[in-house]
Amino acid sequence: MEKAVARFEIRYTQFLDEHGKATGEFPDHSKNPDELVDLYRWMVLMRTYDAKAIALQRTGQLGTYAPILGQEAIEAGVGSTMHSDDVFLMTYREQGVQLMRGVTMTELFLYWSGDERGSDYQGPRRDFPICITIAAHCTHAAGAAYAIKLKGEKRAVVCALGDGATSKGDFYEGMNAAGAWKLPVIFLVTNNQWAISVPRSVQSAAETLAQKAIAAGIPNEQVDGNDIVAVRDAMKRALERARSGEGPSLIEALSYRLSDHTTADDASRYRSADEVAEAWKREPVLRLRNYLSAAGAWDRAREEALVRECNEQVQAAVQAYLDTPPPRPADMFEHLYETLPPALESQRLEALGPEPEPAGDKDTAVV
Amino acid sequence: MAEITLVEAINLALSHELQRDESVVVLGQDVGRDGGVFRSTLGLVDKFGPERVIDTPLAEGMIAGMAIGMAVEGIRAVAEIQFSGFAYTCIDQILNHAGRMRYRTRGRMSCPMVLRTPCGGGIHAPEHHSESPEAMFAHTPGIRVVYPSSPKSAYGLLLAAIRDPDPVVFLEPTRLYRLFKEDVTDDGAALPLDTCFTLREGTDVTLVTWGGMVHETLQAADTLAEEGYAAEVLDVATLKPYDLETILASVQRTGRCVVVSEAPKTAGFASEIAAAVGEHGLLYLMAPVGRVTGYDSVMPLARLEKQYMPSAERIADAARLAIGWSG
Repeated sequence: MEKAVARFEIRYTQFLDEHGKATGEFPDHSKNPDELVDLYRWMVLMRTYDAKAIALQRTGQLGTYAPILGQEAIEAGVGSTMHSDDVFLMTYREQGVQLMRGVTMTELFLYWSGDERGSDYQGPRRDFPICITIAAHCTHAAGAAYAIKLKGEKRAVVCALGDGATSKGDFYEGMNAAGAWKLPVIFLVTNNQWAISVPRSVQSAAETLAQKAIAAGIPNEQVDGNDIVAVRDAMKRALERARSGEGPSLIEALSYRLSDHTTADDASRYRSADEVAEAWKREPVLRLRNYLSAAGAWDRAREEALVRECNEQVQAAVQAYLDTPPPRPADMFEHLYETLPPALESQRLEALGPEPEPAGDKDTAVV
Repeated sequence: MAEITLVEAINLALSHELQRDESVVVLGQDVGRDGGVFRSTLGLVDKFGPERVIDTPLAEGMIAGMAIGMAVEGIRAVAEIQFSGFAYTCIDQILNHAGRMRYRTRGRMSCPMVLRTPCGGGIHAPEHHSESPEAMFAHTPGIRVVYPSSPKSAYGLLLAAIRDPDPVVFLEPTRLYRLFKEDVTDDGAALPLDTCFTLREGTDVTLVTWGGMVHETLQAADTLAEEGYAAEVLDVATLKPYDLETILASVQRTGRCVVVSEAPKTAGFASEIAAAVGEHGLLYLMAPVGRVTGYDSVMPLARLEKQYMPSAERIADAARLAIGWSG
């Protein structure tokens, strides 16, 4: 005897097409265009910040930087639906979410300049620092969610990762644990089509990345990640599930990395200008602007004022970043342990260097 | 007071902390109903429930990673990895994340977790069950590596490890789990971390060791005593950060030092101690610092295990060589 013992389908949602036209009725949270204006403002701020960060890197004022260009709708969708006491775990391309959650732009510039103080967020104190080792944070997310569940709290955990990360064991392991214990965690996969130079088609033979959650018993879906309404809708449903004890979710948000992987990368080595030009036609910021303009909620004057405001805000953050005194050598030992073990004291003194010479004329110094 | 084995002392310490502090949880493969493959968590699930004594899916990296996430969110996670050879999977999590969480967030977050794993050979186990990864963990900034050598030290050091505000890798000498018993009082008294213990005083040579090798080293000291030599035996106990001061003070008295470890020789923790004694105690030394270690070979399967691991005879030979040294 032979029979089918499991079937699945992957749902894809889009509310706003690439021209900025509604594909159907919007959900309640996005029916009023004025409510989307605030998200549009955030997306423009992200893009302004991103362009400035690249300019700073190109002029030697910032270290290697990972651009977020093209992913603004995902970031705004996540940032606008999470609660402040939720926990966000991220890789390095979710700086827009960080901004919306209260990480300051100055902290982001510090981080990307190579200064650990950039991870001491004055805003979201429970958000994890950027995770550079791909997918390792998927297991941290499961652990944090377990802790929240054990404490009986109503908070949710959101773990953002990229398409490349879905190839790693940590992703499966974290998801599997989250499914086994019905943990309040959302895995948000930004499928931007490229893991440095490896395209999505080479990354996995799976038809969608969303379906990888099926093996872990986790509800999953795919959304147009350049459509802010679709991202928000999926996030809201997933967050509600998490908070009400129904367990984890996975959202695959389809987007495109319009920029290089980092400022140390040259994407023209591995992808065609035509492909990038095509992707620009689907980009999220112009799409939302077209919608808002057509709905009468946005116009040229407001756009010009917004661009001016964003530039001023970014410039102020750049100045605050440049005015921040550099870290001290002894900072290498600060916060290594809660209390520095005595065994490390001699190394700390070595890092401090010799005591500065006393001020004054040596010839007349009292001996 | 009760005479218990080392593995029972581990169980006692876990039980004590689960009872004392409700933020403590134990997680790992088979730690619940089965009580752990070595029975170190036996009965805990009945006392504290499956939400705090957690049988996990089979994935060591996930166990370490989840412990990190839990610890950051205020749960004191004590994770068990069944065998030392499987702990290598956790090194990414311990090195890249647990050891750095406090540092990279400038103290905003901390990671007070414990990763426990049986360690070392001598029980005729299958492949990958008898490794000595302590040097890899000890090389990692921001963590502690603790390695008890008796029921008493296992109880006191594990309490200290669980209460420590920073991540601890806690290595348990598998060979000593049931080798002998000691009186252990369940009084909740922790032993100090970052401290060497002087197990035996002597004036002729300092024997420095940790974990399972403490047993053979003490036997070697007995043999030497019969020959009229007084060996001082130090148990390093915490390998990162370790108490060099006590080691140097001892070498200053004895003038001779032999370091004993069952891990491979090159770049092992014995090399670290030998180098530090050379760097800071050269003028105390009347002989080169000796190392008695495993070989730079694969930890063999059972039939060659005895030949691989340092024996009391090899340790005594090295001590005699140091004592009789004439440059």
